[in-house]
Amino acid sequence: MLENYRPFGYYDEMLDEKGGTRPHYQKFRELLEQIPAEEFGHRRQSVDLAFLRQGITFNVYGDEQGAEKIFPFDLIPRIIPASEWDYLERGLAQRITALNLFLHDIYHEQKILKDGVIPPFYVLSAKHFRREFVNFKVPKDIYIHICGTDLIRGAKGEWMVLEDNARCPSGVSYLLENRRAMKRSFSGMFESIGVRPVEHYPQELLKMLRYIAPAGVADPTVVLLTPGACNSAYFEHTYLARQMGIEIVEGRDLMVREECVFMRTTKGLQQVHVIYRRIDDDFLDPTVFRKDSALGVPGIIRAFRKGNVSLANSVGTGIADDKVMYYFVPRIIQYYLKQEPIIPNVPTYLASEESDRKYILENLENLVVKAANESGGYGMLMGPKSTREEIAQFRERITADPRNYIAQPMIMLSQHPTYVDGQFEGRHIDLRPYIIYGEKITIVPSGMTRVALRKGSLVVNSSQGGGSKDTWVLYGDQ
Amino acid sequence: MLSRVANSLYWMSRYIERAENTARLVETSLQLLLDYRNLDEQHIAEQWLPIVQATGEEEAFFKLHPKATGAAVTEFLVFQAENPNSIVQCICQARENARMVRDQITVELWEELNRVYLFVRSRQARLVWKQSPSEFFSEIKASSLQLTGIAYATLIHNEGWLFLQAGRFLERADKTSRILDVRHQSLPETGPPGPVGPTGALEWAAILRSCSAWDGYKSLFGAEVHPKWVTEFLVLCEDFPRSILFCANQLNISLRKISGVPEGRFVNDAERHAGRLLAELQFSTVDDIFKRGLHRYLDDVQVKLNSIGDALFEAYFFLSLASLGESDFVQQEEQQQQTGV
Repeated sequence: MLENYRPFGYYDEMLDEKGGTRPHYQKFRELLEQIPAEEFGHRRQSVDLAFLRQGITFNVYGDEQGAEKIFPFDLIPRIIPASEWDYLERGLAQRITALNLFLHDIYHEQKILKDGVIPPFYVLSAKHFRREFVNFKVPKDIYIHICGTDLIRGAKGEWMVLEDNARCPSGVSYLLENRRAMKRSFSGMFESIGVRPVEHYPQELLKMLRYIAPAGVADPTVVLLTPGACNSAYFEHTYLARQMGIEIVEGRDLMVREECVFMRTTKGLQQVHVIYRRIDDDFLDPTVFRKDSALGVPGIIRAFRKGNVSLANSVGTGIADDKVMYYFVPRIIQYYLKQEPIIPNVPTYLASEESDRKYILENLENLVVKAANESGGYGMLMGPKSTREEIAQFRERITADPRNYIAQPMIMLSQHPTYVDGQFEGRHIDLRPYIIYGEKITIVPSGMTRVALRKGSLVVNSSQGGGSKDTWVLYGDQ
Repeated sequence: MLSRVANSLYWMSRYIERAENTARLVETSLQLLLDYRNLDEQHIAEQWLPIVQATGEEEAFFKLHPKATGAAVTEFLVFQAENPNSIVQCICQARENARMVRDQITVELWEELNRVYLFVRSRQARLVWKQSPSEFFSEIKASSLQLTGIAYATLIHNEGWLFLQAGRFLERADKTSRILDVRHQSLPETGPPGPVGPTGALEWAAILRSCSAWDGYKSLFGAEVHPKWVTEFLVLCEDFPRSILFCANQLNISLRKISGVPEGRFVNDAERHAGRLLAELQFSTVDDIFKRGLHRYLDDVQVKLNSIGDALFEAYFFLSLASLGESDFVQQEEQQQQTGV
């Protein structure tokens, strides 16, 4: 089925420059060729149907009628050999370690600012820097418990970190469900190819959540706090809660008495010790942050401060997601760990630095411009693919508020054979592994590979026509 | 168990049961009409109006439709989006409640409920309905029974399960009483009913069929249909799972298991009302019922069932409801960044 597939000038995950199959795709390709095209189409359909039947969907805002869509899934897995995964694992562990040290520092002594490694202005002006939490000790000194770092590969196949996602990274349920779907569709392949399992993610997550329980609580009650059934990631929230065997709660299910958090049950109030929260800092507590928050729990921050309840992730991690802070991560790694970054950043220009800004404004049509605190493909300018008006608009915005913008060269993301309209075509992909930081660092050997299903598109977000693939990390290199 | 979760489980099973009962009621009425010939408009309305009344939605119906024709009533009870108790809307609401407690129910239960939801929302559903209403109703009934079975066989029989049971039997008792009430106008207001003619026999048999009670009835009373025996069977039979007494008994058992309070005592009004209703039914005879008048008697039962529902809400669910408008929630829920996939 793949005989007509060609890479077309990008780095292709399956084929090398000469068109030969890379060693770690060899076995998969052989097995795939044995499946008749018709049968393949059939399996593809039955996977879609299964997702719809199981309600593995995300909500589309502003859609009155259906409100739920399945997240498109491509049957051709993305494969990563063991040695490459080992490299990624080391790089990701290094990064989350440094980021946690950084957060601890800026919420305490602020040595990195005093030593002049990062200009203090950038940290103190960051939208998600929580002054209220300076000199507050978080349980076990961990700020980022779950991180969903986005990785991409450039034109030569070199890995780069695109962003860190240190608040509420979502998508891990798709990783787990994609794997289940693949096991149903290609049950024979897994053993012969040697794919490392991912099913222990919920256990690892729960283990971490129990680890951060307040001191002296032997058998903590752990809950997942969701914004509710209207949130786009609601499926994931219920999925994870069910897999971990913990209660899923909404803000209105919780209340605070005497600086402890309780949930309202049919038998009265029951104390809660650890909260895996999937709502933003801003909405957590209307008495501290946004006063109009109906999703939060009044007093929960006081309970957190008293050490009677633990939150994952901690409050104030959003500053690590600030795209300006991203620029400084290599320096952060060097400063705290005395190491060179294992996985490099994408080259980045800061609009608030005089010389960078000049370069950005002169080269807008070649650059990707991003707002410092947006995600999900919003607030972005793809220079080469934009109209003159759009470029002019961004020029104005950058000049008016340089602190809020960064720019990067357009990266030609690697591509991967993807089943489109009955044949295989190259589509651009990225990778989001999930890193858990508890007693130790755990990275489940896989990740969510997102794929830009629109031809030529470099944007992989689900809101912009993205889909996903299963990601196979091998025991060996072929 | 979280109050909100208990509330969702309770309503999920109520809506499933409601959809099933409405399907039975409409189907039987459609079939009944096949047995009549040459009915004028007036007579047709006489057949359909009681069906609307049985669902307790008369007012809502006449806001949407000028006349109680077959097409209007069936549309109203089966598909109408404006009727929160139409079959399709019941399934949607059951599924929405299930979605809120996905983590509390089994995959099997969810998938079946999601399947029937996708079916009633599909274009296919209208097609099936046009070609063969009875096939459509079979689909709904079979799914409801399957859901009941899946719940029984896959859920842990814990507190959540008991709320599910309470919802189901409360709803079923109410619906049986309403279906039985459909032909009350052909009866004397008080006092024992006389035997019925051939048309009456068909109508009362239709009531039994609407409750899936025809086979059970025949095995106890034979093939002769008499309003008195029909009433005895549907209200007072201890062993028939759709009779009011049976449902009241199951409801009472579930409520007592939830709180752990023994028979003969109570700690909340739900238990008090449920215990009292059960005792009244246990110590009633069919002659008592007709002395009071069937319609008035069933009306009382419905009022009592409502008060049990209200008291249940007060005792277990009230805690969890916030005073904020639902739209505020939706807006903020959507705003939460889940650093995009």
